[in-house]
Amino acid sequence: MNAIHEELRPVVPLKVEVEHVSKTFHSKRAVVHALDDVSLMVGEGEFVCLVGPSGCGKSTLLNIIAGLDTADSGCVLADGKPVTGPGRDRMVMFQESALFPWLDVMDNVLFGLKLKPNLNNRERVEVANFYLQLVGLEKFHRANIHELSGGMKQRVALARALAPNPRVLLMDEPFGALDALTREQLYGDIQSIWEKRRKTIVFVTHNVREAVCLGERVLLFSPRPGRIEEEFRVDLPHPRDINSVSLAEHAAKIMGALKRHLQPAGSEVAE
Amino acid sequence: MKRVVTAAVVFASLVALWETLVRAGIWSPVMVPSPLSVVEYIIGAISDGTLWQAALVTLRRLMAGYALGVVVGLPLGLLTARFKFCEDTLGVIALGLQTLPSICWVPLAMLWFGQTEAAMLFVVIMGTVWSVLIATDNGVRNVPPIYKRAAQTMGSKWLHMWVRVILPASLPFVVSGMKQGWAFAWRSLMAAEVYVTILTGFGLGHLLHYGRELHAMDQVIAVMLVIILIGLLADKIVFSPWEKFLHHRWGTAK
Repeated sequence: MNAIHEELRPVVPLKVEVEHVSKTFHSKRAVVHALDDVSLMVGEGEFVCLVGPSGCGKSTLLNIIAGLDTADSGCVLADGKPVTGPGRDRMVMFQESALFPWLDVMDNVLFGLKLKPNLNNRERVEVANFYLQLVGLEKFHRANIHELSGGMKQRVALARALAPNPRVLLMDEPFGALDALTREQLYGDIQSIWEKRRKTIVFVTHNVREAVCLGERVLLFSPRPGRIEEEFRVDLPHPRDINSVSLAEHAAKIMGALKRHLQPAGSEVAE
Repeated sequence: MKRVVTAAVVFASLVALWETLVRAGIWSPVMVPSPLSVVEYIIGAISDGTLWQAALVTLRRLMAGYALGVVVGLPLGLLTARFKFCEDTLGVIALGLQTLPSICWVPLAMLWFGQTEAAMLFVVIMGTVWSVLIATDNGVRNVPPIYKRAAQTMGSKWLHMWVRVILPASLPFVVSGMKQGWAFAWRSLMAAEVYVTILTGFGLGHLLHYGRELHAMDQVIAVMLVIILIGLLADKIVFSPWEKFLHHRWGTAK
């Protein structure tokens, strides 16, 4: 039983430092400066949102933090140690759920746990159940992925990302494909999970309201080359309601700044 | 249930019509033997064991050759999908040889292995391996990159990644390739058995061939029926469960 308690205890969140990271993609037709000398610091247990229009390199940055991509220059430090590849301390939640269709819900959540040593199978199932409960899907543990709605899929993806008990959660527009009502529910869930599990969260979105609703800090990205233009602190108490007036005021301020930075090409911004 | 009854009635009337046409002398029994004589042959051949033996010989060749073909084709498909060098060499060979009906290998197989089981095995393997290889290659290439990335973040790499992510993700392709390989192998084996005599065992193809030599069309039709039956059973027993599983899990066509 001790292993289980150990496993389920909230871990110390991770400090993420991004130092002078640049990244260029070369395709046949063009050279894209995805990131240009980007530096930022995300404190332990902090919830930071990266906001910018599509194609501004914010997802690239997230992938570099995850260790799935490498930077051309600069480096990412996790608690002071350079990131060299993917690691269980940094889990990613993708825009599409990226759940494995050949496994059912339970086996999807177990996938990462099975790769974690020092647990026996009974404990793994127990841990998986704990996280399925956390996202409210314990009744669906034997369901197939295609039987789930979009929102449920993302909940399973969240459970799967949380299951190995990472110290930072990297979220790449995870709610982009969901309807507004489902999204609002998930905003609530994410905030309560963040509160309960104390993780560092880096959340990428093009939705300014979403960023203000979730993040303690909102970083504004501009595209080509991808750069952090401005930083906003959101001092509203959690849990926040996306429809509240004060939130809308914050969002309007950021939206204005975003439009300023995007001129003259400001057509791609949502909301 | 109602559909089963309807279908049974339709088939029964077709057979009855066939019997009537032969009896009335409209169809010559030399050209088309009556269904009753076919049934008579089947009963005789089952009770004296010829049919069982022939079916056993054929099935043994088929299963051994097919299993080997899959065991060889699958890893080769992984190789061509993974390494450019294999893609440019083995991949091209596979693409070419897949278009070659494997019955065309019979002359060489006879030369190399003689009139033995090995020759038959070779023809069946050649029918199976390329389809499985190409389907596996195709399946691996069609695995959405996001699956690999997601697995990577959870700590999956190398062998684990291939066995637990890439292979299962390409399963729909692999299964359809295995089915195609089976069809090729089955047809080639039948053709080969009709075409050449193998001294180490007489299969269904030989039985059909002798039917032709003796002008025993009841025998020919009976063997054809057995061949159809085996094909249907293979589909129902071997492939249907897989396809059901895929439909169930992936949520593809009902």
